[in-house]
Amino acid sequence: MLKQIEGSQAVAETIGLCRPEVICAYPITPQTHIVEGLGTLVRKGIITNCEYINVESEFAALSVAIGASAGGARSYTATASQGLLFMAEAVYNASGLGLPIVMTIGNRAIGAPINIWNDHSDSMSMRDSGWIQLYAETNQEAMDLHIQAFRIAEEVGCPVMVCMDGFILTHAYERVDVPRQEQVDAFLPPYEPMQVLDPSDPVSIGAMVGPEAFSEVRYLAHYKQMRALERIPEISAEFKERFGRDSGGLVHPYKTEDAETIVVALGSVNGTIKDVIDEMRLDGKKIGSLSICSFRPFPLERLREILSPAKQIIVIEKNIAVGMGGILSANIRMALRGLVQPVTTCIAGLGGRPITKKSLQEMFDKTMRQEVDDINFLDLDWEIIRRELDREKADRRSGPIAENILKDIGKRLEE
Amino acid sequence: MFQIRFHGRGGQGVVTAAEMLSVAAFLEGKYAQAFPSFGSERMGAPVISYCRIDNKEIRLREPIGEPDAVIIQDPTLLNSVDVFSGINENCYLLFNSKQSYKELGIEDFISDFKSQRVGRVPATELALEHVGRPVPNAALLGGLAAITGIIQVDSVVRAVREKFSGKVAEANVVVVNAAFEMTKKLLNSGG
Repeated sequence: MLKQIEGSQAVAETIGLCRPEVICAYPITPQTHIVEGLGTLVRKGIITNCEYINVESEFAALSVAIGASAGGARSYTATASQGLLFMAEAVYNASGLGLPIVMTIGNRAIGAPINIWNDHSDSMSMRDSGWIQLYAETNQEAMDLHIQAFRIAEEVGCPVMVCMDGFILTHAYERVDVPRQEQVDAFLPPYEPMQVLDPSDPVSIGAMVGPEAFSEVRYLAHYKQMRALERIPEISAEFKERFGRDSGGLVHPYKTEDAETIVVALGSVNGTIKDVIDEMRLDGKKIGSLSICSFRPFPLERLREILSPAKQIIVIEKNIAVGMGGILSANIRMALRGLVQPVTTCIAGLGGRPITKKSLQEMFDKTMRQEVDDINFLDLDWEIIRRELDREKADRRSGPIAENILKDIGKRLEE
Repeated sequence: MFQIRFHGRGGQGVVTAAEMLSVAAFLEGKYAQAFPSFGSERMGAPVISYCRIDNKEIRLREPIGEPDAVIIQDPTLLNSVDVFSGINENCYLLFNSKQSYKELGIEDFISDFKSQRVGRVPATELALEHVGRPVPNAALLGGLAAITGIIQVDSVVRAVREKFSGKVAEANVVVVNAAFEMTKKLLNSGG
C-alpha cells in the first residue's frame, strides 16, 4: 500500500511485518522515532507475540537481544552514534556467537565535538565487527532491506546492520510502498534457530577458545560472510520477484556501461549524485555512479568488474579515517588492486554538512580535469582553518578548537 | 519540480507544515519529499523545513537553496534570519501576519515581486480563534494553495484530516478554508 510517511515510521511498520519476537530499545537521536513507533505498534497490539523491552542503555539493548536470539526469538534493536559505541563489546559478541539479530543504524556522527547530525562514522567504526552491513539509498530501500536482512541473517547465521542516513532518511516524509503481511510472510519464514539455549537440552554458547582454535573460529566468520556475498544478490532477486522492485543486492550501478568516470558512494547521497550525473550527461560527459548496498561483505570482484573499464573513480564518503583518508576509498583501491586507475577520495557531509549538487558537480569536473589531490574535502572552509592554525601557532593556550571556530563563524556572520 | 521552504520557530509546527504539504501532494498522485533542517529542537528557536513536489521520483537530498516559494510563519524572523536567501523575482512569498507589508517594513522589498505571488494571512489569529492554539501552519497551507495553485485546497484539507483527528482536525479544516478564501480575496483586491 502506497503511503506518504516518515522514514522512521516506515521502518517501524516494516519491522512489525517481519514478526519480531523481542524488541529491545534505548532511544538516541536520530533513531528515536523508529523505536517509539515500534513501542506504539506493540502497545496497540498491531505487532503480536512480541515482547518490547525498555532497557537502561545501548549495551543492555544489544545484550538482551543476544540473550533473546540465543533463546530462539527473532530479535531486533536500533541505535546510532555514541549508542553504537557504547554497545561495541556486545556488537562483537553477537557476531562472534553467530546470532541473527537485525539492528537499524540511524547514521550519525561521533563526538567530540558532540553532533547529532548525519555521517557514517558510527557504522564505519563497527565495519570489521563481523556484522553484515547494508546501506539504504531511500526509505523504500531501508524498508525492503530490513525484510531481506532477517532472511540473510537467519540463513547465514550472522547479525545484520541496516544503515540509513540519520535525519536525511529517518526524518524524511516520502512515498513508500508498505508490503502486505502475507507478502512478507511468504518471503520470510518463521525463525528456525541454528543454535538455541533450551533448558531441556542444555548446551553452552560462547566457550573460551585458546590459540589452538581461535583462528579457525574467526576464519569461519569470514567464510560466513563470503557465503553471504553469494546469498545477498540471490535474496534480492527473489525479493524482486515477489515484491516487484529492485532493492538490496550488492551494488546499484547507474549509467556505468560507457562511463569513463564512476562516482562511488554509500547511502542516500546517491540520489543527489544521480541527479548530477544526469545533468553532466546532457553536457556529453561520460560519467556514471555506483551505489554500494553491501559494504560488509565487501563485493570486491563485482566492484572490480564494474569499475575496471573506467578511467577514474571518485569516492564520495561520509567518514574520515583520521591520519589516513577515507575508509571506502581504501576498500575500493583493494577492489582495483594491480590496476592503474586513480581513485580519488572526497570526504563530504561530515556532521550533517549538506552535500549539494553544485559542489558535487564542481568536484567531478575538477577530477575529470585531474585538478584534485588524492584526498579532498568537499566545501571545506579553509579560511576558518587557517585562522585556528595561526592562533595555535601564536599562543600555546589558544583555547578549545571547536569553541574557537564557532566564535569565528559567529563573528563572520555579524560582519 | 516545485520547492517550498518554511521558516518559523520551534513550537509553530514548521516541520508538520512541510509534512502535511507533502501528504497533500501525495494525495494528488504526485511525488513529494518533506524534511526538517535538522536543528536542535527548542521552543522559539528558528526552524526551517522543506518540501519538494514533482511528477516523478525525487532523488535530490540537499536542502532547498533556491526555493520557488517561501512561507514565513513568524515575521519577527525577518530581522534575524535570511529568509529570502536564494530567491528570485518569480518566487512566491507568503507571510503570517495581520499587519500590512508597510507595517512589516517590507513594502519596498516585495514591490520587486509579482503582486499575484505575494500573500499574507493572519494565520496565528485564525488558529487561536478556531483551534485555540497559536499554531499557524494549517492556515498557511490554505494560503499557499491560494497563491500558488501548486496544491488544491481540498487536498490540504484531506492531509489535515490524516495528520489530526476529531475536533482538532475539523477546527484546522475551518482554518485552512478560511485562510484560502482570505488570501484569494486579498489577491483579487490587488494585494
